Amino acid sequence: MKSGVGKYEAVIGLEVHAQMLTDTKIFCGCSTKFGSEPNTQTCPVCIGMPGVLPVLNKKAVEFAIKTGLAMNCKISPYSRFSRKNYFYPDLPKGYQISQYDLPICEGGYIEVVVDGKVKRIGITRIHMEEDAGKNIHEGGGNYSFVDLNRAGIPLMEIVSEPDIRSPKEAAEYMKKLRTILRYLGVCDGNMEQGSLRCDANVSIRPVGQKEYGTRTEVKNINSFKFVEKALEYEIKRQIKVVEEGGRVIQETRLWDSNKGITESMRGKEEAHDYRYFPEPDLVPITAGQEWIDEIRIKLPELPDAKRERFVSEYGIPEYDADLLTSEKAVAEWFEEAVRLGGGPKAVSNWMMGELMRLLNEENKGIEECPLKPIQLVDMLKLIDNGTISGKIAKTVFEEMYKSGKDAGQIVEEKGLVQISDAVEIEKTIDEILAKSQKEVERYKAGDEKLVGFFVGQVMKATKGKANPQMVNELLKKKLG
Amino acid sequence: MKLNELTISELRRLLDNREIKPQEVLDDIYSRIDAVEDKVKSYITITKDAAYEMAKDAEHAILENKTSFLTGIPVAVKDNMCTKDILTTCASKILYNFKPPYESTVTTRLKEQGYILTGKTNLDEFAMGSSTENSGFHTTRNPWDMKRVPGGSSGGSAAAVAADECIAAIGSDTGGSIRQPASLCGVVGLKPTYGRVSRFGLIAFASSLDQVGPITKNVTDAAIMLNAIAGHDPKDSTSAPIDVPDFAEVLGQEIKGLKIGIPKEYFIEGMDKDVEDSVRSAIKKLESLGVIPVEVSLPHAGYAVATYYILATSEASSNLARYDGVKYGFRSSSQSGKEDLLEMYMNTRSQGFGTEVKRRIMLGTYALSAGYYDAYYKKGQQVRTLIKQDFDNAFKNVDVIVTPTSPSAAFKIGEKATDPLQMYLSDIFTISVNLAGVPAISIPCGFTKDNLPVGLQIIGKHFDEESIFKLAYAYEQSTEWHLRRPSL
Repeated sequence: MKSGVGKYEAVIGLEVHAQMLTDTKIFCGCSTKFGSEPNTQTCPVCIGMPGVLPVLNKKAVEFAIKTGLAMNCKISPYSRFSRKNYFYPDLPKGYQISQYDLPICEGGYIEVVVDGKVKRIGITRIHMEEDAGKNIHEGGGNYSFVDLNRAGIPLMEIVSEPDIRSPKEAAEYMKKLRTILRYLGVCDGNMEQGSLRCDANVSIRPVGQKEYGTRTEVKNINSFKFVEKALEYEIKRQIKVVEEGGRVIQETRLWDSNKGITESMRGKEEAHDYRYFPEPDLVPITAGQEWIDEIRIKLPELPDAKRERFVSEYGIPEYDADLLTSEKAVAEWFEEAVRLGGGPKAVSNWMMGELMRLLNEENKGIEECPLKPIQLVDMLKLIDNGTISGKIAKTVFEEMYKSGKDAGQIVEEKGLVQISDAVEIEKTIDEILAKSQKEVERYKAGDEKLVGFFVGQVMKATKGKANPQMVNELLKKKLG
Repeated sequence: MKLNELTISELRRLLDNREIKPQEVLDDIYSRIDAVEDKVKSYITITKDAAYEMAKDAEHAILENKTSFLTGIPVAVKDNMCTKDILTTCASKILYNFKPPYESTVTTRLKEQGYILTGKTNLDEFAMGSSTENSGFHTTRNPWDMKRVPGGSSGGSAAAVAADECIAAIGSDTGGSIRQPASLCGVVGLKPTYGRVSRFGLIAFASSLDQVGPITKNVTDAAIMLNAIAGHDPKDSTSAPIDVPDFAEVLGQEIKGLKIGIPKEYFIEGMDKDVEDSVRSAIKKLESLGVIPVEVSLPHAGYAVATYYILATSEASSNLARYDGVKYGFRSSSQSGKEDLLEMYMNTRSQGFGTEVKRRIMLGTYALSAGYYDAYYKKGQQVRTLIKQDFDNAFKNVDVIVTPTSPSAAFKIGEKATDPLQMYLSDIFTISVNLAGVPAISIPCGFTKDNLPVGLQIIGKHFDEESIFKLAYAYEQSTEWHLRRPSL
């Protein structure tokens, strides 16, 4: 009988909260801007003063429908808000307005690729709700501060089916979700800032067993890199509990990224009875087919479709297409460069190599890229027409990126024009060969690898400007 | 005659003809308040200085011939309507110091029509009660008999109108809170259709039942007041986006042939004999005016009170959760300096809310709890649908329905205060109307042997306040009950 990790499989479902990128809050006109002074983006409605009423932000509904459509969900023609009742200082009304029994979207899926295999992960539902404020524990006294700037910012809760079977699948699911949300422009997907939050329901069961095991809910996974780590830890923990003859307790556990473990919340949050009931201050949401169709038509091309098109239309490898479509702005940069005459594979190589390296060094996204696609295309032309070598191009590229100058200007200013003059190259070759009698003899004795040495010497002497192809040809001719 | 004893329409004529000034009306109002308020205790807050400021604006408007429905008319407002920078307590200790930084839509509209706020009137705490005995501050007296209650929860508003301490008043009605006190004080009180008047700035008791409406000295004034406050409000999603007719225009229209439904379930055993007699003669009177009485049935009427006390308390338990001592209003002062959050919540709410409010929060919390939701809240919603259907069915055959407003005239202070169930039953005829969302008015229709007013309730179809006004006005014109005034 098998024992240990291989004997079990994990069953994971994710509940993802995504802050919507609306300009104003979900039930009032306050701004949603991040990082303002505490309690400056509030009004009687989001502070929960007596007698005020919520008014639904239509944009939030549109965003939720957009997301539902992108994730292959059914859009409910009739949905409604409910109240989730509990006391907490960051919840000004003593209830959160959320969707409960009739959410806006149900029954969808997204596809992820794990170990080369496509896996479909079901979306149970997507619903809208308002965010809570923040309690700030500062000053050390017997008190806390409350900041209600965040209270009322619209959230979508995207609930997956328990279809995920490994931490890696979970991470891929999160990445895909984030990509789609960013493509749609409905969420910025920033886990560190909390605009994308992930809670995981995790259980284990012996391989082959149909029934689910007892699950725990892991909260506070506040970074992309912790999705896999937190789940790996929790799965191992549960296996250990079971292997040692114990039983997994249904509970909420907090991921502690410093310790790298999950810890039981232990009664800090007792089993709540949220006493949900339909929100009487709002009328039900009716989403007519006409409105849904209008939103559907305006959906952007989604990452999966774009990836397939990049492969078929531009003939670039699957791997390239995958990377280039991971961000809408990256894909747009690529297509712009190709539209301006850049060869797809060359553009892809430069983007995935040098461009990404330089952006990553500065921790920048493509939106902040100082380089325009036309600049890359112009540089590629200089390579194609032999003005510069591929090697020199790397220097030119970095200079373009840093100075903002065009390739032609850099090549001119720095005298980087490729030497394609056979006479000049021959002259250099002759000098090198004359200085390297020993190597010439070894070469002639059959050590053909040495051709690389001669090429290197010539390039060094010409500061990399000699046309490498011509150097190769002329060397072979001279060496017989 | 003192100016404070006049109606809106009478004052309108005098003011527009510049025979009197708004300040003179206020002078009479406040001397009346000075004379009787100690006994009646209609008000929680009297806004005399602000009122004279508003009177100046009214005077200017009159001089420039730019008057509206209510220019210069002194109106009292129930203290659960938010008035900017003016104390708004809901008659609760938990809001003893609360001054809203915003104005309710209803008082905004009254302002736009030029009204003058006389003060904020007493109520049962959070509008929960039928006598004002649940006020966190004091009990209002019935101007007809100081030993008796004015009804509730808008008892302060009804008493202020009956005692001529204002010309008209604003109340709110969740289960009868405008109509029952109007009936007990011998004045007119209208609960409009749910959605007719904005609830923005009305401190919520039960959101799906609450509605704001006028309490006035006669039917004409009620129509004028409704004209001022009705209509869709973008700040209240449940306010109906439909046109508002001119309600004053239907007054005096022919009522011959109008079919009035008499629900057999409403003439029950145990109803006060004098009340029944008054209502039956009122129906006879209407018959003599040419209307056709038709017996109708509202078969689920018997479940209305139970249904109401499940649904209203459920919503209330949630609506009142915001009073937690964190943001505004009362917060229990720390005893040891070491209370944790939970203790702060519990102390604040234990000390801040009165007995009846706590009782209802507990009832509602229970009805919504896991395991009880289906048996209580959900069942309540289903019965509510049946009650609404009762009205829909009845209205297939009749134009309006006529009933007593309250099963008894004003009861004695303390008589029902210790028996919540008896108190709840005083709204037995008014509660169904809120559950169905239809409009209804209470108008004076007689007096008991003890000289206590009796009210007649006229219920209309959804958004058909016009039929109610038409009938109520015709009845009023043919009787003199509304002209009687208490001797204080």
